[in-house]
Amino acid sequence: MGFYWSFVTVLTLLAITAPLSLTFGFGGAMAARSRIAPLSWVGKGYIAIVRGVPDIAFFLFFVIALDQGLEYLRHHAMCPDWPDAIRQGNDFIVCQDAKLPQGNAPQWVHEIYGFSLAVFTFAIVFGAFAANVLYGAMRAVPKAQLETAEAYGMSRRQTFWRIVVPQMWVYALPGLGNLWMVLIKATPLLFLLGVEDVVYWARELGATKTPRFTDYPHGDWRMYYFLALLVFYLAFTRVSEIVLDRLMRRLTKGQATSGGEAQRRAAT
Amino acid sequence: MEDCLQTISQYAFRSIGFGERLLPRSDYTLCQQFTLIGSGMIWNIYFGTVALLAGFFLATAVALGKASNTRIIRKLSEWFIFLFRGSPLFIQFFFAYFFFLSLKGQYAFFDPFTAAWLGALIVLFLNTSAYTGEIFYGALQSIPKGDTEAADAYGLSGWSRFRRVIWPTMLRLAWPAYTNEAIFLFHSTTLVFFTGFPAWQQRGDALYYANFFADKTFNPFVPYPILAFYFIVLTLVIIALMGRIGRRLNSHLPQDAKRPRARFLPQIIR
Repeated sequence: MGFYWSFVTVLTLLAITAPLSLTFGFGGAMAARSRIAPLSWVGKGYIAIVRGVPDIAFFLFFVIALDQGLEYLRHHAMCPDWPDAIRQGNDFIVCQDAKLPQGNAPQWVHEIYGFSLAVFTFAIVFGAFAANVLYGAMRAVPKAQLETAEAYGMSRRQTFWRIVVPQMWVYALPGLGNLWMVLIKATPLLFLLGVEDVVYWARELGATKTPRFTDYPHGDWRMYYFLALLVFYLAFTRVSEIVLDRLMRRLTKGQATSGGEAQRRAAT
Repeated sequence: MEDCLQTISQYAFRSIGFGERLLPRSDYTLCQQFTLIGSGMIWNIYFGTVALLAGFFLATAVALGKASNTRIIRKLSEWFIFLFRGSPLFIQFFFAYFFFLSLKGQYAFFDPFTAAWLGALIVLFLNTSAYTGEIFYGALQSIPKGDTEAADAYGLSGWSRFRRVIWPTMLRLAWPAYTNEAIFLFHSTTLVFFTGFPAWQQRGDALYYANFFADKTFNPFVPYPILAFYFIVLTLVIIALMGRIGRRLNSHLPQDAKRPRARFLPQIIR
């Protein structure tokens, strides 16, 4: 049963992470094109660092770092008169109340907590990629459009929300679509974050079973389990590809891009 | 300082089996972390470089195959690209490892394939060939018509037409995207030791050691930034090297004209 549920886990992760990382990306892109210098440094630094380092390193890093950061903050808020240092040599010790999740919490709380850490980590990493795509898309909006907006007396903020944001999606979509594919292909890394996902179950169930421990003894089937996963992901990416293709055709309709132009010619 | 030099001499080549056998056990110093993670980078560079160089040739073949007029060759190349681009590299590693493992049970010949240095290399090689093949195919499609017509007019045909006109133009057009692919390939080499492939005698790559230290000290804020530092340096080196080759490929063009520079192309990240 766990094996089938883990597919739901993966799909849930995708469903939550995609909008969340888009939000992060939007924030990052807005920061990067800000006129306030420190803010734009933060935005650009965020994009550059996350892109320059392997994403898997980030996954491993953020899960511990977020956990420790939260516990550190709670520790300071809840036990102000704790005598010892938090970091003692190779240990990280906070008071009992600050532990996350609480030691006596039921199992599902632990699972949800681990899962949300994973979602947040994914959102941070893919937010940077999305920020890069959106940043490029915002700059791809034709200059003439912005100048026209200025001529109509719109302020910078109005121009951004009324002209740039509605028009940028068609430029952003190829990049975002690709990002979606990358996101799908990154989901098996959940396994490394300690979530019991498809890879975990494939390894568990596929391993050699002896008749002593189970009613269904079998040899080493892990190869077939992973073959099944391979096919699952192939089908998933193929379906996404087709859907994105359709969406792209829908969005280019009537736009001043070469794609839109080709559509117009084909119609007449 | 003295200590650090000694640590470097002990652990600089630890990841390929030279020097001190035992990893440090307690009192992890900054120097030890820097040295061991740097030592692990040897593996990342090995996997990335060999896969990239070997993959270059297969990618050219795949791109030509996808553009071929023969139906069977075209379908084969398309399926190859789809198979490796459509599924996660992580799953590919797992599958390949267990596949080689079961082959090994039957034929002793497959013994080295379950070790990371060969098995993982094959997966990376095929994977990068597929991604690069797609990039090259795209470039092949956008070769200016005038170039091939000029080649025809000069009486070039077959191999010499390909070698002198089509291939250099294809590379020139594909180069920015190919640089991107190279960077991401080096990033994905960190996955190797987190899949089935065992790190024999604790000889792992950079991320393996970074993870080792993070587990032992329960402090992620030191080893991972070190790893990040190494990878950012590596990325800059790749961009510089590829930029050099790119300049050479473009050297016949007017230099002040806007050349495609090695920049991030959102459509082609993997």
